[in-house]
Amino acid sequence: MADIRNNFVGIKSPNPFWLASAPPTDKAYNVIRAFKAGWGGVVWKTLGEEGPPVVNVNGPRYGAIWGADRRLLGLNNIELITDRDLQVNLREIKQVKKDWPDRAIVVSLMVPCVEESWKAILPVVEETEADGIELNFGCPHGMSERGMGAAVGQVPEYIEMVVRWCKQNTRMPVITKLTPNITDVRKPARAAFAGGTDAVSLINTINSITGVDLDSFAPQPTIDGKGSHGGYCGPAVKPIAMNMVAEIARDPETHGLPISGIGGITTWRDAAEFMALGAGNVQVCTAAMTYGFKIVQEMIAGLENWMDEKGHASLDDIVGRATPNVTDWQYLNLNYVAKARIDQDACIKCGRCHIACEDTSHQAITSMVDGKRHFEVIEAECVGCNLCVNVCPVENCITMEPLAAGVMDQRTGKPVSPIYANWTTHPNNPMAKVAAE
Amino acid sequence: MPAGQFKEGIAGGRLAADQYADNFSDLHPPLDHHEALVESDRCYFCYDAPCMNACPTSIDIPLFIRQISTGNPIGSAKTIFDQNILGGMCARVCPTETLCEEVCVREVAEGKPVQIGRLQRYATDVAMSEDKQFYQRATATGKTVAVVGAGPAGLAAAHRLARHGHDVTILEARSKAGGLNEYGIAAYKSVDNFAQAEVDYVTAIGGIDIQNGKALGRDYQLSDLMRNYDAVFLGMGLGGVNALRADGEDADGVTNAVEFIAELRQASDLSSLPVGRRVVVIGGGMTAIDAAVQSKLLGAEEVTICYRRGHEQMNASGFEQDLAAANGVTIRHWLQPKRVIAEGGKVSAIELEYTAMNGDRLAGTGETLTLIADQVFKAIGQSFVPAALNGSGAAIELEAGRIKVDAEGRTSLAKVWAGGDCIFGGDDLTVSAVAQGRDAAESIHRSLAQG
Repeated sequence: MADIRNNFVGIKSPNPFWLASAPPTDKAYNVIRAFKAGWGGVVWKTLGEEGPPVVNVNGPRYGAIWGADRRLLGLNNIELITDRDLQVNLREIKQVKKDWPDRAIVVSLMVPCVEESWKAILPVVEETEADGIELNFGCPHGMSERGMGAAVGQVPEYIEMVVRWCKQNTRMPVITKLTPNITDVRKPARAAFAGGTDAVSLINTINSITGVDLDSFAPQPTIDGKGSHGGYCGPAVKPIAMNMVAEIARDPETHGLPISGIGGITTWRDAAEFMALGAGNVQVCTAAMTYGFKIVQEMIAGLENWMDEKGHASLDDIVGRATPNVTDWQYLNLNYVAKARIDQDACIKCGRCHIACEDTSHQAITSMVDGKRHFEVIEAECVGCNLCVNVCPVENCITMEPLAAGVMDQRTGKPVSPIYANWTTHPNNPMAKVAAE
Repeated sequence: MPAGQFKEGIAGGRLAADQYADNFSDLHPPLDHHEALVESDRCYFCYDAPCMNACPTSIDIPLFIRQISTGNPIGSAKTIFDQNILGGMCARVCPTETLCEEVCVREVAEGKPVQIGRLQRYATDVAMSEDKQFYQRATATGKTVAVVGAGPAGLAAAHRLARHGHDVTILEARSKAGGLNEYGIAAYKSVDNFAQAEVDYVTAIGGIDIQNGKALGRDYQLSDLMRNYDAVFLGMGLGGVNALRADGEDADGVTNAVEFIAELRQASDLSSLPVGRRVVVIGGGMTAIDAAVQSKLLGAEEVTICYRRGHEQMNASGFEQDLAAANGVTIRHWLQPKRVIAEGGKVSAIELEYTAMNGDRLAGTGETLTLIADQVFKAIGQSFVPAALNGSGAAIELEAGRIKVDAEGRTSLAKVWAGGDCIFGGDDLTVSAVAQGRDAAESIHRSLAQG
């Protein structure tokens, strides 16, 4: 049986599935239910400084987009950090940690960007015996207008400064949560690293408008006729999040920096993908908010099953395994040639591969052969683009088959070269490195 | 005295009063909004879609389904009506399992087609409930066209002709328009007087005058129409019912299934509609199924369909046969009627002879079976009655007993077109009649435009 116990910057949990800092972790009641359901840890919803708590809107806080059968694909929120009293939160954190010592409790924090504020909150959190803190530098709405959250996360110098304050003022591990609302996520990661962070977590939510009410012409969610951008999350953001995780994981400047992966993780497979790209564990929110806490049971069982099937004994065997395979376009092998192949037995003759190729690509799939409806790849035209695979409604009906070295590529009329060759040495590249004479 | 189901003979009131409404409720209840969205999402939007090619009226099915999925049922309805102005009825009565849904790639792939018929009903229901009219008449041409028969072919022709600006007069023998839509289908396939609502919806375009109680050959002659109108479209359907060719078939209790179906559709109180305790239906098509199932739903204790050939040869689709079986109808094959046995002039039983294929020919085996019956329905097909066309000058050319037409619906007579069940070469489907009426109207329009 695979061992899925997780040790993330010294914080131990029975599995790598944590609930992200968000509404599901706002109070003891929810967190206890989560632990009963099996979650390995939580990042307690962001605490602010002592004083009158923040207020939330009293209209809709969430917007969404849906797929078939109203399956929720993307969720957006304009909720702020916890609107509960700081002392109540601290008391509850302490009690829950005492009652659930084997689970991870990390406390998310957001206070004004002055050292006194951080110095004030760190000891009171430490007193709860929580396992660590997460710095919320990602919240993209509301708090950022007040110089916190993403407003800090978008300025690497601020990140480095705040991380350093925290590291100097607490013994707790510091996880820095990054905003994706930035052009190059490596910059804030490097800043956090320079400040001495123990880890980064990403992504926080993406600035978004989920819809527009076409009767009132108001963005959604709509509060009294107006809307504000919210933070976007859920399955729709997963590809964006995975790229950002990979970018940091393969950045030589932050080599070895632990990453807690966040962004649309809904199933064990999503989690495994994030971890393969370099995440040491994962945080989940939207999936729980959509289906309830029970989903963690599928995640645990699915991850264990896959690891057993593949012979991975522990999480160390999978974390980062895909990272070395993420590279820059310029290093991709231009001598690799693949062609689409349609399995005629599996083909249901919907014709979508044909029309996609015919209208928008390379005219490489037939629609009619000998007067019969028949879809077949014309190898001499196929550039191996994979569009037909992606639009085919039948899994594995169309596959990309690599041509072996030496085989004639009917499109170019040349045999496939056995030699790896990329753009850096390609004759069409004016910047090509010329091989030493 | 035996009561209810067990009343001997042909009698009404076999069931509790509230049972009738249940039994004759919508066979395929309409999809609600969410169901329609979910179902529409199953459509793959195929290229050169097989469903569209299988539809006799060539409705752009992938497009209308996509319009439903994007929240545009009105646009979806227009896509349907562009090709088939009776798309609402066709959504209810088309044997989709042998047309669009049979070739749906999801039927091929997983045995579960997109429910095209129910989606078509959803879209057309939305448009019709809002009385959304999509077509306006072109400038009046001053040309007049007579249409014989207000059935699917005649209505489709009339609508298309009216769109082109011609003035249409429909002459209908019966007291209501609609043809088989009104008189010829099982009540549970078209509830809430839909056929009349559809006639109103179609004729709302204007320029269509329906005259009821006007029968060809009785009240006017074809030659009158040819003289008084610029063109004539014949869509009078089939007036005759094939005989059993069994001894004693004139006994009381031997009834044409089509008349029973019509009477049932017109009945205001189903509980008063009499039906036998033990009913035998002779035939193997949709009419046989409709008569048998409805007999059962009216409270007949035993209903048996006897068909002279095997399961594979039945004209009724597999779905219809299953429907009959699910309603407790027994379907027996390889039996042909030999003799109706009567007592006191009333049917008491029917003697049938087993059949078998003798080479290419169907032949009786000599062995017989007698089924007790107090009602026998004849459902062995309808035939065209050409008599009404006679005495009108030049004779119209027939083929295999029906009117011969070319690809555009032209008959052998100039100025006369025909479509629907009365022509040779059709498949006796509502949707085919609509296609033929529509296409004949286009041909008439081209002809009138030329002068």
